Amino acid sequence: MAVTRAEIHGRIDLDRRTFDALVAHARSDAPYEVCGLLAFSGDRADAFYPIPNADRSMTSYTMDREAMHKPYLKIDQSPNLGLGIFHSHTHTEAFPSPTDVEQAGFNPQAVFLIASLQDPEDPVLRAFDIVDGKITERTVFLDGAEAPAGKR
Amino acid sequence: MAIDVRIPTVLRKHTDGEAKVSGEGSTLAELVDDLDDRHAGLRDALVGMDGQLHRFINVYLNDEDVRFLGGIQTPLRDGDTVSILPAVAGG
Repeated sequence: MAVTRAEIHGRIDLDRRTFDALVAHARSDAPYEVCGLLAFSGDRADAFYPIPNADRSMTSYTMDREAMHKPYLKIDQSPNLGLGIFHSHTHTEAFPSPTDVEQAGFNPQAVFLIASLQDPEDPVLRAFDIVDGKITERTVFLDGAEAPAGKR
Repeated sequence: MAIDVRIPTVLRKHTDGEAKVSGEGSTLAELVDDLDDRHAGLRDALVGMDGQLHRFINVYLNDEDVRFLGGIQTPLRDGDTVSILPAVAGG
């Protein structure tokens, strides 16, 4: 399958439990896209908050406004936490779509995590910064080792 | 009529980086006007030409989405907390 690449800049660190939770959430409503928020301490994801996809669509997501309120506010109001925005692509690769890039302008501080279920047996998780329309990628580390799901 | 307002990262360029500000108003519309006097640019960031909240902006009064209250005309009381968040969406 074609893999679109971006310049690598930085990393994120996940533990196995968080990684498994992201993949399980991605599979939970396939073929529809799912979404959620993460709290980061530095490069490390500390917490994952699944949020319902108000679009319930195979090609788009909009986080449910009520469900996103408390976790987003908690993360964004804390000087010690960083925001992660997760969603799944059920039929395409784990790379930001034009819509993802356009919408990222509202959350320029976030790191964007995308799980692809294009190959249902081999889910791929990748992470990106999207600032002023420019995409850069972060290497995904799982329990301290470069993740197979984040392989280049 | 002091209202505590939570400002999201994307709008802190209007508040000198402050995450929490305060404003006054008996409705959300009045609060937005007051905030814009104190922090220029906030009104256009929140409200469109039609006077309604932008669809890509979520505003909550205490814990409730104002779209289910009175929208831009939602009444406010002294001590309320208004939080503003960007919508999170993509494809």
